[in-house]
Amino acid sequence: MVSNHSFDHGAGMSGASVSWTSWDLFIGGLIFAFLILLYMVAARVSNRNYRTWPVYRYLCWVAGMLCVGLPLIGPLARLAPTNFTIHMLGHLLLGMLGPLLIAFSTPMTLLLRSTPLLFARRIARLLKSKPAQIVAHPAVAALLNIGGLWVLYTTGLFMDMHHSLLLHIVVHFHVFAAGYIFTVSMIYVDVAPHRHSFQARAIILVIAIAGHGILSKYIYAHPPDGVPSEQAKLGGMLMYYGGDAIELILVFWLCMQWYKSARPRPAASILQALD
Amino acid sequence: MKSTKSKEHQLQRRRYSARNLWAGILFGLGLVGFIDEVVFHQLLHWHHFYDKSTSDIGLVSDGLFHAFSWFATIGSSFMLADLHRRNAFWLKRWIGGILLGGGAFQLYDGIIQHKWMRLHQIRYNVDIRPYDWIWNLIAAGMIIVGVILIVRTQNRALSREA
Repeated sequence: MVSNHSFDHGAGMSGASVSWTSWDLFIGGLIFAFLILLYMVAARVSNRNYRTWPVYRYLCWVAGMLCVGLPLIGPLARLAPTNFTIHMLGHLLLGMLGPLLIAFSTPMTLLLRSTPLLFARRIARLLKSKPAQIVAHPAVAALLNIGGLWVLYTTGLFMDMHHSLLLHIVVHFHVFAAGYIFTVSMIYVDVAPHRHSFQARAIILVIAIAGHGILSKYIYAHPPDGVPSEQAKLGGMLMYYGGDAIELILVFWLCMQWYKSARPRPAASILQALD
Repeated sequence: MKSTKSKEHQLQRRRYSARNLWAGILFGLGLVGFIDEVVFHQLLHWHHFYDKSTSDIGLVSDGLFHAFSWFATIGSSFMLADLHRRNAFWLKRWIGGILLGGGAFQLYDGIIQHKWMRLHQIRYNVDIRPYDWIWNLIAAGMIIVGVILIVRTQNRALSREA
């Protein structure tokens, strides 16, 4: 989807330019249009047997697809290799806001509801499997997500990514997948077979937010290879405050789930009154 | 009717006395963190985003504190809502918690982060001493008033029980 060969001539990010063909845009756009359509069809199938699929979830899916699509195939993808600040905006959309919106559109619930029973069972078994349990553990998911970013921005990987199409795809896939798994391991809005306590998730979330914030400031002071200092500063600050804004939603939702689960039970208060 | 209601309220807030305190402490932490960010960074531009002379441990410490206060602000607001729905809110004890939490954070920031780790300063290119004194004295004052409020609300709880 991304033409990367032009990077070979650039001295660094600033020297790189991307040859962007309308063909890439067309294919990419088609894939995202297909995914949006697929979701709509699945929701209609689900409506036959279950409660009507809420409108906000359609909106979340479409918005999520836009957030993921823009840094991959849209104008952001074209500008990102030459401008680190734009790259960071793309990172926020691909790794944080996109996954959050997609999580709120509950694609797993939809998948289980709209596919034939045998297939749905197989998916459920996969979600409950040991490997899935390990990857979706909040601590592992946080490490994959934040640790992956540290590796990307503090090693030569960031530069290498611009020279290899395969690496480019792998990194972008990882940023999205790790962001998504991290999101669903923190807040349970979709199917979540292996649940962890509020306290455990709260502690891991604080550490993850810290890891993200520290990396933002580290990038501010130590630009990744090939990134001009001014762009690294702006990009670092965007990562810091943009991260805060999206983490705010995660924290709010996590705390709201605690608030709901900790509500005083009517039965208990009657018992107390009788006491 | 009213007396039974307030009696139930007394009972509830004594039962949730610790949660009142923690809701205050966490809110105080978050509040001072927020004031620091908005007033000193964004409005006055006294603080720098990162002044680059920082040690690694200082950067980690600052990051953890920022993340924690970010979480604490929201978490404590939900704790507050929880206390209200249980009819267990205790204003005095909550405010005591805010002053203790906020003061402790400010003192930590002023002594450990500013002076010991030299993470950042309140202001740059001025004589820093008056700023440091005012900063840390306000922090100490908040802690003292906070502790007094907490002790007083504690005594009342104990004397009622006895």
